[in-house]
Amino acid sequence: MIEIKGLKKSFGKLEVLKNISLQIVSNESYALIGPNGCGKTTLIKSILGMVIPDYGDIILEKSSILNQFEYRKTIGYMPQIGHYPSNMTIGHIIDMVKEIRNTSEKIDEDLFFAFQLNKILNKKMSTLSGGTTQKVSAFLAFMFDPNLLILDEPTAGLDPISSEILKEKIITERNKGKTIIITSHILSELDEMISRLIYMQEGNILFDLSIDELKKETQEDKVSKAIAHILKKQHHVENY
Amino acid sequence: MQKFLIILFFIPFWAQAHSVHIGEHFSIRSIKEGLKIVHENDTLFVHSGWYKEGNIIIELPITLIGIDFPILDGENKFELLSIKSNHVLVTGFKIINSGFATTDDPCGIKIYDSKNVTIKNNILENNFFGIYLQYCKNCIVIDNTIKSKSVDEQQIGNGIHCWKSDSLQITHNVISGHRDGIYFEFVTNSLIWRNISYENKRYGLHFMFSNDDAYICNVFRKNGAGVAVMYTKKVMMFNNTFEDNWGDAAYGLLFKDISDSYLIGNKFLNNTTGLHMEGTSRIAIENNLFKENGWAVKISASCMDNDFKHNNFISNTFDAATNGSLVLNSFKENYWDKYEGYDLNKDQIGDIPFHPLSLYAVIIETMPSAMLLYRSFMITLLDKSEKILPSITPDNFIDESPKMKPYSI
Amino acid sequence: MLRIIKFVMQDIVKNKIVLFYTLLLALLSWGIFGLEDNNSKGILTLLNVILLNVPLVSIIFSTIYIYNSNEFIELLLSQPIHRSKIWISFYLGLLLALVLSFIIGAGIPILIFVPSVLGSMMVIIGILITAVFISLSFLSVVITRDKAKGIGISIMLWLFFALLFDGLVLFLLFQFSDYPIEKIMVIVAALSPIDLARILVLLYMDASAMMGYTGAIFKQYFGSNLGLLITFLLLFFWALIPFLISKKIFNKMDL
Repeated sequence: MIEIKGLKKSFGKLEVLKNISLQIVSNESYALIGPNGCGKTTLIKSILGMVIPDYGDIILEKSSILNQFEYRKTIGYMPQIGHYPSNMTIGHIIDMVKEIRNTSEKIDEDLFFAFQLNKILNKKMSTLSGGTTQKVSAFLAFMFDPNLLILDEPTAGLDPISSEILKEKIITERNKGKTIIITSHILSELDEMISRLIYMQEGNILFDLSIDELKKETQEDKVSKAIAHILKKQHHVENY
Repeated sequence: MQKFLIILFFIPFWAQAHSVHIGEHFSIRSIKEGLKIVHENDTLFVHSGWYKEGNIIIELPITLIGIDFPILDGENKFELLSIKSNHVLVTGFKIINSGFATTDDPCGIKIYDSKNVTIKNNILENNFFGIYLQYCKNCIVIDNTIKSKSVDEQQIGNGIHCWKSDSLQITHNVISGHRDGIYFEFVTNSLIWRNISYENKRYGLHFMFSNDDAYICNVFRKNGAGVAVMYTKKVMMFNNTFEDNWGDAAYGLLFKDISDSYLIGNKFLNNTTGLHMEGTSRIAIENNLFKENGWAVKISASCMDNDFKHNNFISNTFDAATNGSLVLNSFKENYWDKYEGYDLNKDQIGDIPFHPLSLYAVIIETMPSAMLLYRSFMITLLDKSEKILPSITPDNFIDESPKMKPYSI
Repeated sequence: MLRIIKFVMQDIVKNKIVLFYTLLLALLSWGIFGLEDNNSKGILTLLNVILLNVPLVSIIFSTIYIYNSNEFIELLLSQPIHRSKIWISFYLGLLLALVLSFIIGAGIPILIFVPSVLGSMMVIIGILITAVFISLSFLSVVITRDKAKGIGISIMLWLFFALLFDGLVLFLLFQFSDYPIEKIMVIVAALSPIDLARILVLLYMDASAMMGYTGAIFKQYFGSNLGLLITFLLLFFWALIPFLISKKIFNKMDL
C-alpha cells in the first residue's frame, strides 16, 4: 500500500532518517517502535506530509504523495498530544473537521458514543483533561472510516476503560481489513492489535518482521520479550 | 464786517458752478462731450448706460458722479479715467476692461501729479491696474470694490498702486484677484484702513520704501504670498488680520529690512508662516495672536532688538524657527500653549522659562527635506528629550516669564 | 478554505486581547475627537496613535496567534487540505478579524467626525497597515520555530519601521544634506510602510503646504492620482510580498 524509498531527513546537522526504505502492505497492522528520538514520529509525519523529506519518495497506491494533499482523505491520524483551538468546544471541532472534509459519507460514530462525547459536546477544549482530548483525537481519526490509520501513542493518557475501548476499536478495524500503523512505548498492549513489527533505531530500520516470524525466531511468546531478546543479541554482536 | 464782504465777494464765483447731465435721455450723450463744456468746479452727472469712449482725461477740478453705476468700458484697449487735475471727485462708476500689459500700465483710474483727489464708491472689474496714484498728495481712495478675474499673471496688475505720493488715505476698499492688492512704493505719511484684500496673486499688501505710514484694521486673506513690508521704517501696524496664506512660500506677514515699527494687536491665523522676519530691528511686537500657523514666527539671524511681548501662541505646528544660533531678540510674558511648566506662586507667570524653539524646527531650518519626518514618532521622541535636556537649540532663545493663561485678544 | 477562515475569525473575535484592542482604539478615537475642538487636528493626532498602535498590535498578536495555533495547523495538515490554503486562510482570518476590530474601534468614529476623503483615506490606510504588519508577522513566524525568537523578530520589525527607520532617514539626510536628495527621499519613504502611510495622510491635509520645497516634490509624487495609485499599490505590495515569501517557506516547512 505504501512504499517508502530511500527516505532521508535531517534537522540541521541532526540526521533523523537515514535512508529508510519500507513497504507497508495493505491489511496488515504495524507497530512502529523504537527508543525516543529514533525517528518514528518523523517517519509518520513524512507520510502525512507534515515533514518534507530531503531525499527519497513515498508512494501511496502507485503515486507519490510529495506535494499532494488529496491522499490524506484516506488517512486517519491520531496525534500523540492533540492541541485544538482553546476557544472552541468539542462540538465545534467535530463540526469543523466535518465541514473541512465536506463529505457526504457516513460517519463512524462508534467512538463518539463509546467515549460518551455526546455528553460533553459544549465543553471548551481548553478545559479538557489530556485523556478527554485524546478521546476527541481518536474519534476524529476514525470518523471518516479511513483505509489507513496512523495512531501515535494512542493509549497514552487514556484511563484503562477507555484504553480498552480504543483497543477493541483498533482490532475491529484491523479485522475489517484496514491498514494500521501504531507507535507505542507500551509493548505489552500491542500483542493483540498488530501483525507486523518495525523497529527503528537512530534513523534506521533495525528490523521489519511479522509477529509470527518474530516469535519463531526468538522462541518467545510475548512480543515484548521477543524484542528484548533481539535487542540483547544485537547488543552482544555489537560488543564483540 | 470785512470778513462778510470777502464772502460776498466770492458768491458770484460759486454761483457760476453748474451741473451737466449726461445720458441717453439727455442732450449730451457722451462723457467726452460733457467734459468739453464744463468749467472748473462743475458737476457732471453721468446716468446709467454703457460708455465705450476710450481714454477719458479730466484736466479740470470737477466732480464726476455716476448715477446707478454707469459702465465705462475700455474694451481691453484703453486706460479709462486719467485724472490730471487737483480737487477731482469720482464716484459711483463701474469701470471695466482696461487695456493690459503695455508699458504705460493702463489703469481703471489713474491719478497723475494731483492733490486732493477723491475716488469713492466705484466698482472696478477686470482692469490691468485698478486705481493708480503717482506723485499725489492728500488723495482719498474709499469704498471701492476692485476685482480682477484674469488668470494669466501677465495680464494682472495691482489693485491700488501708489507711487511717490504723500498723505494718502486708502480706506474700506475690497480688493481681490490682482497681482498685489495694495502696492506702496515711496509713499509717506499715509493711512491704509479697514481694507479687505483677498485672493490676490502675489501680495495682499506690498509695501516698500514707504516710511511713516500706518495700516490698521485691514484683513489680508488667502493671498499668494501674504503681505510684505520691506525697506521701510516707522510703520504702525495695528489690529490687522492675516489669515489663510497657505503655500510653499506664503507668509502672513513678511518683514524685510524694516525698523522702528510697531506690530500690535494683529491676528495671524492659519498661515504657513505667520510672521517672517529678515534684517528687522527695533520692532515692538505686542498683543498679537498667532494661531494655527505652520510656523508662528520665523526670525532670521539678521534680526535684532525686536521685542515680543504679551502675544498668544496657540496651536501652531512650530512656535518659532531661526536660521542661526545668535539670538538678539527678546520674549517676555507671552502665552505659549505648548508650555508645560508650573506656577507655584500664582502670579500667572510660569516659574520655569519656555523654549519656543523645538529641536525639529532647528533641523527643518537646516534641512528642509527633514519635513519628510513630520509627525513621525521619532521626531516626537527627539523633541521631548531636547525639551528635557536642551543641547542643540540656542539656550538664550527663551521666554523667561511665560504667561500661564492666554491674553484676551 | 472559507470554512477555515470562518473558524479562525470566530476564534480571534472571541479573543480577549482583540476585544481589548477594539476598546482601546475606540477609547482613543472618541477621546481624541472629543478633546480636540478641530476635527482635522484630531485626525492628525489620531494618525500618530494609529501608526504606532495598529502595527504593534497587528504584528505581535498575529505572531503569537500563529505560534499558538501550531497544533491546530498540524490538525488541519492531517486533513486533505493544501498547505497554501491553510496559510492563506489563517492570513485572511486574522486580517478580517483585526480589520473588523479596527473599523469598529477607529473606523466608525473617524467616519463620523471626518466624513470626507481624508477620513476614508485614514480608514483605508489603517486597514492596509494592518494587512502589512500581519503579513510581516507571518514572515517572522516562518523564519524561526522558536516562539520567543519569533516574537522578538516581530518586535524588532515593529521597532524598526516605527522608530529606527526614521532615525536612519534622519541620519541619511544629515549625511547627504549637501546634495539634492529630495527625489531619493521619495524612494526611501517607500521603503517603510508606516512612512508611506504617514506622508500620504499629511499630503491630504492642509499640512502639506508647510512642507516647503520638499513638500512640493512629495505632493508632485504622492499627491497626483497616479502617485496615489502607486502609493496604495506599494502598501498593497507590502502586505502581499512578505506573506507570499512566508507562504513559500511554509509550504516547505516541517511541522
